[in-house]
Amino acid sequence: MQGVKDCIPTLLGYLSIGFAAGVIEMTAGLSLAETALLSLILYAGSAQFIAAGMLASNGSATAIIFTIFFVNLRHLLLSAAVSPYFRHLTPLKNMWIGSLLTDESFGVAMTRAIGRKTLSERWMHGLNITAYLNWFVANMAGAYFGRWITNPERLGLDFALPAMFIGLVVLQLMQRKNKKLHINVAIIAVVCVIFASMASLGSMSVIVAAVIAATMGVVMERWK
Amino acid sequence: MEVRWDVFWIIMGSALLTFIPRVLPLMLFSKIQIPMWLLRWLEYVPVAVMAALIGQELFMADNQVVPITHNAALWAALPTIAVAIWTRSLLGTVLVGIVAMMILRYLMG
Repeated sequence: MQGVKDCIPTLLGYLSIGFAAGVIEMTAGLSLAETALLSLILYAGSAQFIAAGMLASNGSATAIIFTIFFVNLRHLLLSAAVSPYFRHLTPLKNMWIGSLLTDESFGVAMTRAIGRKTLSERWMHGLNITAYLNWFVANMAGAYFGRWITNPERLGLDFALPAMFIGLVVLQLMQRKNKKLHINVAIIAVVCVIFASMASLGSMSVIVAAVIAATMGVVMERWK
Repeated sequence: MEVRWDVFWIIMGSALLTFIPRVLPLMLFSKIQIPMWLLRWLEYVPVAVMAALIGQELFMADNQVVPITHNAALWAALPTIAVAIWTRSLLGTVLVGIVAMMILRYLMG
């Protein structure tokens, strides 16, 4: 139940992002049933935006699937980063936890993990399932009401995603012992992602930047 | 209400390739001892990934840096960051971000 409660602060963010995703999927010509499948089976905001965009521009199936794969490769890092807190569970139980892992549930989990050695399985499921159901509802609402919203950007809906990431990073930084080092890592990540994007690494940019910045964190730690 | 076959297979294919990176490390590291250096490294990963995502959202469009004067997202980020530090509330942060963006888009035309 605590997991459900801890998910609540992210719900509005989910609702607005999910609503926006639903609107965009509808505009891309997806049916209600297809939108439902996307949110239930794929369950990844960034990937759904990409799928909608590429379907609308008649992208090939292979191109769509692999673009989504590269965008979601960052889940490798998220999954690896939460793994120390679930070592007391079996691989199968870890699979269930991982299957519903998102940027947001990851952010909430890592915030709770600070100062702890393990996270509870029940807490994580509470968090994950609340997020999952809320995401589905938001997607369907967006797809349903989407026909009346012609321009989601005018309402600032597209900023829901970056705003939530900002909130998650600030919460993380506030609770870290070595704040300065983490702030430096964040700045390096931003600089790296700019250069990586300019080098046309596309969806790999975020992964490359995060790997460099995290490595620099370990290196800077040694300097002291 | 129909589901087209090609769309169905795109959803299935991308879902599978999304599932694997999500669960693989969690399943693997529950059996294998994680080396110390990897643990130290993983401590920096969350902030690094999220900062990189923010960086991409705020500064870039089509592999180009967006000029500051035309970058509504960058300006909207300022009150958003301030509210995040001040209130430490995720809900408040997202709300202020959306409203700031709406106002800026209106002002910038």
